[in-house]
Amino acid sequence: MKRLLPVLAGMALLLSACGGREDLSTLKPQGPVAQGQFDLMVLSISIMALVVVVVFAICLYVLIKFRRRKGDNSIPKQVEGNHKLEIIWTVVPIVLLLILGVPTIDKVFGNAKDYSHDKDALQVIVTSHQYWWEFEYPEYGITTAQDLIVPTGKKIQFKLASADVKHSFWIPSIGGKIDTNTGVDNKLYLEFPKEGVYRGKCAELCGPSHSLMDFKAKAVDQASFDRWVAAMKDPAVLPEDAAIKEAFESKCLSCHAVGEQNSGAGAPNLTGVGGRETIGGILYNDENSPEENLKQWIENPQDVKPGATMPSAEDLDLSPEELDGIAKYLANYKLDY
Amino acid sequence: MTAHAHAHPVKRYRGLMDWLTTVDHKKIGILYLLAGALFFLIGGLEAILIRIQLLKPQLAVVGADTFNELITMHGTTMIFLAAMPMLFAMMNAVIPLQIGARDVAFPFLNALGFWTFFFGGLLLNISWFAGSVPDAGWTSYVPLASPTYNSGHGVDYYVLGLQIAGIGTLLGGINFMATIINMRAPGLSFMRLPMFTWAIFITSALIVFAFPVLTVGLVALMFDRLFQANFFETANGGSTVLWEHVFWVFGHPEVYILILPAFGIISEVVSTFSRKRLFGYSSMVFATILIAFLGFMVWAHHMFTTGLGPVANGLFSIATMLIAIPTGVKIFNWLFTLWGGSIRFTTAALFGIGFIPTFTMGGVTGVMLAVAPADYQYHDTYFVVAHFHYVIVGGLINGIFAGLFYWWPKMFGRTLNETLGKWFFWTFYIGFHMTFFVQHFLGLIGMPRRVWTYLPNQGFDTMNFISTIGAFLMGIGTIMLIVNVIITSFKPKNATNDPWEDGRSLEWTIPSPPPEYNFKQIPLVRGYDAWWKEKMEGHKEMTPSEPVGPIHMPSPSFLPLIMSIGLFIAGFGFMYDKLFVAIGGIAVTLICMLLRSVFDDHGFHISEEEQEKGVHA
Repeated sequence: MKRLLPVLAGMALLLSACGGREDLSTLKPQGPVAQGQFDLMVLSISIMALVVVVVFAICLYVLIKFRRRKGDNSIPKQVEGNHKLEIIWTVVPIVLLLILGVPTIDKVFGNAKDYSHDKDALQVIVTSHQYWWEFEYPEYGITTAQDLIVPTGKKIQFKLASADVKHSFWIPSIGGKIDTNTGVDNKLYLEFPKEGVYRGKCAELCGPSHSLMDFKAKAVDQASFDRWVAAMKDPAVLPEDAAIKEAFESKCLSCHAVGEQNSGAGAPNLTGVGGRETIGGILYNDENSPEENLKQWIENPQDVKPGATMPSAEDLDLSPEELDGIAKYLANYKLDY
Repeated sequence: MTAHAHAHPVKRYRGLMDWLTTVDHKKIGILYLLAGALFFLIGGLEAILIRIQLLKPQLAVVGADTFNELITMHGTTMIFLAAMPMLFAMMNAVIPLQIGARDVAFPFLNALGFWTFFFGGLLLNISWFAGSVPDAGWTSYVPLASPTYNSGHGVDYYVLGLQIAGIGTLLGGINFMATIINMRAPGLSFMRLPMFTWAIFITSALIVFAFPVLTVGLVALMFDRLFQANFFETANGGSTVLWEHVFWVFGHPEVYILILPAFGIISEVVSTFSRKRLFGYSSMVFATILIAFLGFMVWAHHMFTTGLGPVANGLFSIATMLIAIPTGVKIFNWLFTLWGGSIRFTTAALFGIGFIPTFTMGGVTGVMLAVAPADYQYHDTYFVVAHFHYVIVGGLINGIFAGLFYWWPKMFGRTLNETLGKWFFWTFYIGFHMTFFVQHFLGLIGMPRRVWTYLPNQGFDTMNFISTIGAFLMGIGTIMLIVNVIITSFKPKNATNDPWEDGRSLEWTIPSPPPEYNFKQIPLVRGYDAWWKEKMEGHKEMTPSEPVGPIHMPSPSFLPLIMSIGLFIAGFGFMYDKLFVAIGGIAVTLICMLLRSVFDDHGFHISEEEQEKGVHA
């Protein structure tokens, strides 16, 4: 086993060199869960590479050595089989599979640990919707959407279910995915040792905008996380302009929520939406300003995410001024943490 | 005209009518091949559109809705309507010849199987013209496929189309099982069967056990969709995970239904073109049986992330890994068949030998996927897409092409052009690896599968571009095959009985194409590789096991076609809620069944004189 280690290390290096973004690739794990899965990937790829090399080598040798030469009409010896060889290629794979099987079982149970009743773990309830993610923190009584904010250095215990069709919750660089079913909850724990923003994706076909159902996981230090929780609990900030406020309350808050207003609503919670990484999961706020992104989204969500259930500005009867005002208000609605 | 041994007259049709009424396994094989090829081209076109849409980030060549329709229909068409019928084509064309039989056990059922498959497939594809196409993936997971979230008729086409096509597959499975058990020539014991026949025998058993599960699942989904049943409606006590179980209890054996025949073809091709007996024949047989057996107890490896818990995930991980052992046995047996042989590189041999490394790659990624914790990362990503295309295209389709080139002279009396064939092989093979090798890495760096588009700056762009170029190469390769088939069809029918000269089994002892009764006299089999054995002992033909005499043949019949059309009409009736149409369609089928039961048809006999005329190939 010791002699295998350099091979494994070499394979690990080779794989991570294969690239991908640090915040997205399973080959550049950023947390212990993904790391454990990556280690198993490296082990299995190494064993399998060995098998492939042996098969390819024999195949090439045979093709070159035993090709029929011109004019050769001899009949090769008809061999029935060879017990020794056949035992070798039955037993060797069994040994290889044992080497792979033991750590597999170990990790299967390791990754299934449940921290639901661990006081040191943070509990998050994930609800998937066509095509957005809702994150509820039951210990704090707060709900947010699209940006999952978590403290570093804590186990995060997720309880996941879907509000409509099946989705699958996946943050590749932090850990493998789990489906969100209807009617039954799934459990998953993850850890985020390093601060940063990690890309999350939906991995189960869920309709036209399945490919656009991204979210972000933002890991911050504990103090910052506490500030975020406090800010989430602050009373909602509503538009200053009375007309915009009126429009926002009647046309947006019928589905959405901000702060304590209209909690338990069916659409994403908008508290601090201007400070999020993206609008709608895919319009990046560092590429365009949040205001532009919000305008583009509110104008016609269908253009950004086909099949999204939010009505367009036209359907909502939003005047251009109201649209501008609401976009501006939401873009400036940021939480300090 | 000579008098028939039986007094009653027999209608014999010509031209188109002959094809619509035939119960001859060789003609049914050709029908399967034609229909399978048609659906293969449709599925291929869908694949090309998918790859064009993914050529670059954020393209909108097709809309998001259309894209989901394309992936659903591509998967469903390729598995059920292209791969399976092309395998059935080869089963039909070859199995009775390999076992020294004059037809399958139930020729009428055989025709019925073809026509139900064909009309089921037609029904499914008519959805493109009806404007509501299945779009919930070939796995059709609920609730996405439930009436609540899929209100059009798309998934109805999926359910009814597959239900009708599935009848055909089930009938085929039963038929070939019965044929191989009962109709082997004297002396052809089980342990002397050619490997392809063994593979089809085991495949038929898999079909008989697996397809009823699909039928039950589809009936449940159909009841949910058409009659508001609640099998899968969680709000009313149903379970969505149930569908996943039912689908994969069928779906995993289905994978082996597809690959085992390819294993059989490869065994024949490798052995013939290396001029050597198959290495480790009996271990090959037992490996195949073991794969089929294990194939039924690994379905939940498609569901590691469903949330079944660690015990189930652990068990299914290990069970899945076990399959690697018999599969490894087969790979090494093929390699050692080639070892010490005298390998001739025909197109069939190229596909057959090309299969070995490609399938090995698909196999090893399969073992990787069996590692449940790592599968949490692979599941539903492009890694899985790469894996199953390596197994299905790199394995099964390579196998089918090997088989087509190998048995083409037997089926049509003409040998396909070898130069064009080799061009086709290299274009398709290189295109295939270009398309799918990079997809492993796309998955690993975070690209989920079934995505309509992807954002830039994620590192996906270059590999997707390469993949699309590869898909075009595969398309060009396929065109070369079509050109080859067309050119060949204008060549004279001059294939000899044993056109590769190294044939080993019974199909190479009779004319190409064979007369309608196949064997004038059923041969006596004296060992494994029956024909090779005779050749090596200096004999020019098989020893007959019976005297020359009149040959009993089944009559052609219109009923299979009409019965299938009845089901086809009933399908529409159910879908569009026109109960009288549905009942009418079912009635057509039932009346045909009644007619078939009430009127005895004893078939007819071909006399000795006619047999002399029969051999005009």
